[in-house]
Amino acid sequence: MIRTPLRPLARILDARAKGQNPDVIEKENLAARNDALRDRSRARAEKRLILLALCFFASFTVIGTRMGSLAASTPTEPRSAAGGSEISAQRGDIVDRSGRILATNMLTYALYAQPRDLVDPAHAAAALAAIFPEMNANDLLRRFTDGRSFVWVRKVLSPEQKQMVHEIGDPGLYFGQREMRLYPNGNLAAHILGGTAFGAEGVNSAQVIGTAGLEAAQQARLSDPAQSSTPLTLSIDLTLQATVEEVLSAGMTTLHAKGAAAILMDVHSGEVLAMASLPDFDPNDRGAVVATHDQSDNPLFNRAVQGVYELGSTFKIFAVAQAMDLGLVTPDTQIDTAQPFRVAGYPINEFDGHNYGPTKSVSDVIAVSSNIGAAHIGLMIGGERQKQFLTSLGLLDPPQIELLEAHSAAAQFQAPWGEIATVTASYGHGVATSLLNLAAAYATIGNGGSKVTPTLLHSDHHTQGPRVITEATARACVTMMRRVVTDGTATFANVPGYQVAGKTGTAEKPKKTGRGYDKEKVINTFASVFPASDPQYVLIVTLDEPVEMAGPKPLRTAGYTAVPVAAEIIRRIGPLVGLRPIIEDAALTAPKQPVAQE
Amino acid sequence: MRALLSTLSFIAVMALAFWAYRENYATQTQLKEMAKVQDQIAALRDEIAMQKAEWAYLNRPTRLRDLAAMNFDRLGLMPMAPLQLASVADVAQPVAQSLMMAGTDQSDGVLAPLLVGSEGAQIP
Repeated sequence: MIRTPLRPLARILDARAKGQNPDVIEKENLAARNDALRDRSRARAEKRLILLALCFFASFTVIGTRMGSLAASTPTEPRSAAGGSEISAQRGDIVDRSGRILATNMLTYALYAQPRDLVDPAHAAAALAAIFPEMNANDLLRRFTDGRSFVWVRKVLSPEQKQMVHEIGDPGLYFGQREMRLYPNGNLAAHILGGTAFGAEGVNSAQVIGTAGLEAAQQARLSDPAQSSTPLTLSIDLTLQATVEEVLSAGMTTLHAKGAAAILMDVHSGEVLAMASLPDFDPNDRGAVVATHDQSDNPLFNRAVQGVYELGSTFKIFAVAQAMDLGLVTPDTQIDTAQPFRVAGYPINEFDGHNYGPTKSVSDVIAVSSNIGAAHIGLMIGGERQKQFLTSLGLLDPPQIELLEAHSAAAQFQAPWGEIATVTASYGHGVATSLLNLAAAYATIGNGGSKVTPTLLHSDHHTQGPRVITEATARACVTMMRRVVTDGTATFANVPGYQVAGKTGTAEKPKKTGRGYDKEKVINTFASVFPASDPQYVLIVTLDEPVEMAGPKPLRTAGYTAVPVAAEIIRRIGPLVGLRPIIEDAALTAPKQPVAQE
Repeated sequence: MRALLSTLSFIAVMALAFWAYRENYATQTQLKEMAKVQDQIAALRDEIAMQKAEWAYLNRPTRLRDLAAMNFDRLGLMPMAPLQLASVADVAQPVAQSLMMAGTDQSDGVLAPLLVGSEGAQIP
């Protein structure tokens, strides 16, 4: 750029010649130069501002237009998106631990009527009553003609029934599509699954809500639309459950019991592999809860969870475990079993009037199941510590499991835990608890002393519970329980290959009058862990009022009732769970007769 | 030159317009197709759920047990027993072959203890 000189020589000379001040010319030129400079930079700034304004305008326009179009248009799913994760059913399936279906949904139709559209209400009512035996033609006709505009006729229809209703040909009868809950296995695992009912009902859909068992307890999980395509996996194994129910049912019939229950549990994780309660029901057609005097006669009653029973001698192992843990006894310590023995004025007797002589070792007290021996051990421990220990095993709390009914099954025991309570609790009387709690407590002994929380949901990760007894004590307890099976009251449970260890319990039921016990009505329990060398499973079998009639006189001790049933269950499920039989000389010999004792 | 350029660009615009028109309709057809397929998928999924329920119903343990009992003559199915399980070491080895090989250059006296150990193996 050619720079304009501030003092152009020509003009300076000219001005000098005219006698003017040449400095004026310089100032003039300087001012002109500054003006030009100012104009240039203003123009540049203007250009930049306009560009910036344009940018802002363009971006605001784009955003504004997009917002406007989003606000004004109706929302639609992008139809071209892949349809892989579409929700297929409104309620999640329930499957067993290997994915076999326990509960699923099925499309069905509800039948409703709009009486204004009915051509011949009387004929429609008569025809419907002919199809559905539970309906009354007069009743239907009254509902069709009393002026209402909408009548629910039936909640679910089978395809055949739907066809028959079609054939009535009345335009006032309508079908509403809906999903219903289906339990393809019928009565199997009925008490675990519970049941469902229709909640809010619409013409084109109906809400399915759980009314009992797992369906009710897991209602939030099952009805969560985000999780409806992933099934709820239970810890239950369908095959094991079926086997346990089959054997238990056969045992119940053979032994004339009015009820039975069994629980099979993994000792490490607390996962319940099978849980049965008989008599049972069909969850597809769950009846209403009948308000009878004795709830336990109702098929809907879950004996394994809801039932709280005095479990008798199965509790003796807890007294022994605690005494050993406290260092009070060893398996070889001699315990006083002399009769008569009175506590606070009450005589403590052995079952069936037996007498075991002056002393027995702790191991023998368990093997022959001596009440007096257990009572002495209980007194050594003391009431306060005993109650604390039973609480730490979870025996005095309602069972912790994912079932609606569990919360109501509170354990029963004498409120001030006095001396007599201490003594009776040592051999399982005066304390009533749920079978599930017993299973969890035996699992604690079986897994080496860590507390077990039972669960019905399958998971790959399990946290180990707090330690309740030492590993050495737990091992010694299992060894003692193994002796019960090899030499004691439960010899029928000596299943070859599976090293069953367990403890029998025969508890007479309290009389209905509330005073004393009924000799003819017993609850027989066999609580077992197997295999004894490395316990993996706990099996609890309970029979309600069983009696063994094969021999010359009726037998009511657990050794002749619950034990053979449990043995058959173990014999059947052992191969199913893949336990390798442990071949030992003793196991191959035939079972001996049990010590005729409880 | 200018005429040629504008002619060319006019042709290009027309071609693009034609292409856009066709693409628009092709897309709409595809979307309709997709909607139809998705309806089919939904229907099939319902059917699969139904089939699964039916499969579970037909395979319910009580039914299988009854079928096994009904066909006992032909199948002879029994519940598994503990002693049916064994380790590989318990499986009897084919003794006969090793006997023939051993028998060629060894006396019967040496063979005898070998035979006692395996159940049911007899020297012919």
